[in-house]
Amino acid sequence: MEFPILSTMLIVPLVAGIACLFLPAATARLTALVATLVNLALGIALWLNYDIGGAQWQFTERADLFAVFDYALGIDGIALMLIMLSVFLMPICILASWDGIQKRVGEYMAAFLIMETLMIGVFAAQDMFLFYIFFEAGLIPMYLIIGVWGGDNRIYASYKFFLYTLLGSVVMLIAMMWMVNQAGTSDIPTLMQYDFAPGAQTWLWLAFFASFAVKMPMWPVHTWLPDAHVQAPTAGSVILAGVLLKLGGYGFIRFSLPMFPEASAQFLWLVFALSMVAVIYTSLVALVQHDMKKLIAYSSVAHMAIVTAGLFAFNVQGIEGAMMIMLGHGLVSGALFLCVGVIYDRLHTREIGRYGGLAINMPRYAFFFLLFTMASIGLPGTSNFVGEFLALAGVYEVSTWATLILTTGIILGAAYMLYLYRRVVFGIQKNADAAAMPDLSLREWAMLGPIAAAVLWMGVYPESFLAPMRADIAALEVRLARAAPAGDSGLAIGQPRDHAANYVAGAHAEGSVAAEGAH
Amino acid sequence: MTYAASFYLAAPEIILSVAALILLLVSAWMPKASRAVTIAAVAALFGAMAWTASLLFDPAFAMGGEAFGGLYSADGFAGFAKIVIYLATIACLVVTPRFFDARGAYRPEYPVLMLFAAVGMGIMVSAVDLVTLYVGLELSSLASYVLAAFLRNDGRSNEAGLKYFILGALASGIILYGMSLVYGFSGTTSYSGIRVAFADGFSTGALFGVVFVLAGLAFKIAAVPFHMWTPDVYEGAPTPVTAFFASAPKVAAVVMLSRIALDAFGAQTDAWRQIVIFAALASIVVGALGAIGQQNLKRLLAYSSINNVGFILIGLAAATPEGASAVLVYLAIYAAMTIGSFAALLMLRDNSGEQIETFAGISGLSTTKPALAWCLLILMFSLAGIPPLFGFFGKFVVFQAAVEADLIALAAIGIAASVIGAFYYLKFVKVMFFDESLSTEPDGEAVIADSPSGHWVVLGLSALLMSPLGYLAIPWLVSVADRAASALFTVI
Repeated sequence: MEFPILSTMLIVPLVAGIACLFLPAATARLTALVATLVNLALGIALWLNYDIGGAQWQFTERADLFAVFDYALGIDGIALMLIMLSVFLMPICILASWDGIQKRVGEYMAAFLIMETLMIGVFAAQDMFLFYIFFEAGLIPMYLIIGVWGGDNRIYASYKFFLYTLLGSVVMLIAMMWMVNQAGTSDIPTLMQYDFAPGAQTWLWLAFFASFAVKMPMWPVHTWLPDAHVQAPTAGSVILAGVLLKLGGYGFIRFSLPMFPEASAQFLWLVFALSMVAVIYTSLVALVQHDMKKLIAYSSVAHMAIVTAGLFAFNVQGIEGAMMIMLGHGLVSGALFLCVGVIYDRLHTREIGRYGGLAINMPRYAFFFLLFTMASIGLPGTSNFVGEFLALAGVYEVSTWATLILTTGIILGAAYMLYLYRRVVFGIQKNADAAAMPDLSLREWAMLGPIAAAVLWMGVYPESFLAPMRADIAALEVRLARAAPAGDSGLAIGQPRDHAANYVAGAHAEGSVAAEGAH
Repeated sequence: MTYAASFYLAAPEIILSVAALILLLVSAWMPKASRAVTIAAVAALFGAMAWTASLLFDPAFAMGGEAFGGLYSADGFAGFAKIVIYLATIACLVVTPRFFDARGAYRPEYPVLMLFAAVGMGIMVSAVDLVTLYVGLELSSLASYVLAAFLRNDGRSNEAGLKYFILGALASGIILYGMSLVYGFSGTTSYSGIRVAFADGFSTGALFGVVFVLAGLAFKIAAVPFHMWTPDVYEGAPTPVTAFFASAPKVAAVVMLSRIALDAFGAQTDAWRQIVIFAALASIVVGALGAIGQQNLKRLLAYSSINNVGFILIGLAAATPEGASAVLVYLAIYAAMTIGSFAALLMLRDNSGEQIETFAGISGLSTTKPALAWCLLILMFSLAGIPPLFGFFGKFVVFQAAVEADLIALAAIGIAASVIGAFYYLKFVKVMFFDESLSTEPDGEAVIADSPSGHWVVLGLSALLMSPLGYLAIPWLVSVADRAASALFTVI
């Protein structure tokens, strides 16, 4: 029997989290950092040992522990990438809370570590009920993180977060029970191949949509997100934006699309309509925010709208693009929240007007902030460009109008992000206290540096990230093919040229896929 | 069937009755021996439980075990319920003495009354005849009335006892009237006879009887619309008594209701299902909405128990072996959660010995008493049914049973309404964890007094079972409950 690496990744943070409850502050911080770094190392080992092009489900573990459902774990390329995102962001979150959190440190670290266990569990679960348990359980630590360590209006935000997402999810449980009763198994890979009657699919799809749309979040059920983000401590926002928002997209890719292809096609208009409204509306709302965190929160909603549209494009580009946006957005929005956290720790305000001219006294900070701002806009060479380009290309095949409107959102995205950057970093130093803030400390370098490297890596050579997912997304496309909509773009596939336009005989043996995607 | 065999099957009740009578004499002559009497009562309950367990796992009796010519059945269904009832009674006895000692009111009659109530509850769950049912119900109810008024000098306690007695007697009368109608139209009082007599459907008169019986039993389990007495009685009764009311008698009444619905009226499930569905949804909604405005923790837990009864009734509405098994699993989990919550409530008292009963008293508890606060957190999220806590599994099985029985709308509405309930359980956590502590004295010392180890054992065990570790018990719990439930469906 091979080493149960997924279970180990679940247990390490769990044990460390329980230990943190009993440890004094300094030891708890260190324990949390070590545990998350161990998990990062395990995650890297997982990636290195993942056999690209091998079996669809790898590292599977199965134990009949619970009678009515199985303890079944296993990952495909999509889950692998999202697990990597989680374990990569966790040590950074711990670092981000190193000085900012001073009260009840042990409990805080415990909440984060247990959160990590639950997030990995969601992506690794291969049993539908096990998935549901991990999916829902995340509410408890997040509720505590927002409620105990959050801002002034934390109680309202924590309640709203909890009840909103709970109400979305419970109906999904009933749908799951119906499916398991119908199909006779709760095994996710089996259910992904099971054909439910199209009439039933409609209801099941709506039940799952209620849950994932809230998690995503899609307009008009996004209102919990700005509140939760603004009130949560910095690291809480990073996890919320970086990983928890990805649960919705992961749910669509794992459940809604493969299990209910007909219903997904049937509700295409709904998803596209909501995405189009979201991308315009939330971008405009972001433009007028005075609170930095709120602005980034609304920008998350806009980015997620492109994800949903890409997922429901029913083709490889769209789904690959959606996955790349999810990964890229996880890094970039997490980094933006960290950037806000850096100056919030110094001045204790998120009011945009209180800052200005930070490029003068914090040049290194300004550099990082600029990089992440550009990445958020989707500048070529950064992670989000790859995803947004692929997703929009995918959507174009289905609906040219939707693409037009979604692309407008990207322009608006450039507007609000650049406007934010100008007000905070450029201009004159209006306030003496803001002008006196010191530049990045070593700890903050350690937080922002790795994310910046990953953002550039993903932008320059996305193949590393696309390769593990390629086979799984292709399999998904095959599954969706029978329900795929016709599309209004009427693309005609021409003859490919023998050579690229800048071909010089003998210089290139073959063109790389990534290079085509990036230009 | 010989008398010896009947006595063998009914031995748990006999053990408890004999112990109760002896201890009654002891308490009459030695009024100071309350501690010894309590220990003896706990020992008797353990004995009865061991005997029940041996019957439950004895394949010869698990599926039938009729005694006294079809008046009493010691089958698996009853066995499972009795073990839960006895355990709950033991836990209540463990956490009781300190509460009354602080008022100088603890007397040996208390454990004796608890024993009589346990006997009555045992008979209730084993009853397969309307007459046995009534005898058991009245025995446990009469003991409960006295327990509610046990603080003789406390006006609230007396009021609770009187209210409980008057309304309980009214409900008993309604049940009795319903029984007389059922008897009149079927010509028999035994469940199997009634089942045969109504195999072709209820006549109008018999239907009236069924409705009366169900309405009376709904009163006993505090299902909406017969729940009005619950908040008042729970608030007024001494807290350990409230803990008892919310756990053991509720288990007994629900099991009794399940047996009469699934066995005696089991041939005509469609006739009573709509009543149960209405009571289930109404209980969930009213229990949840009623709890939101409460400041008194006991009153809040009273509404919580109404809310939980609603979920249990969803399992009953399925009217399948899976549904009956789900009812048992839910009851076991519910009893553990409730006892744990009340044990925590009993531990909340200030240094002068006054119990803390309002939200204001527990604000900031997580900084003054972290262990207690974390246990309560587990219990509250568990009561709300949030995974990965074990309370989720109780809801999971009842909803799964409902879905398998094709009651999808019921399951969907029920689970959506459970979100309303989550609101007030979250309030517990919010007050304990998010609010600042108000109850610190000038020198900064916490005013919550320390608790004896017995309370910690009960609370710790219940929190441990409700933590995700409880899931490891699922295979065992489900297999026992399934077997117990199948006993109900094989005896026709």
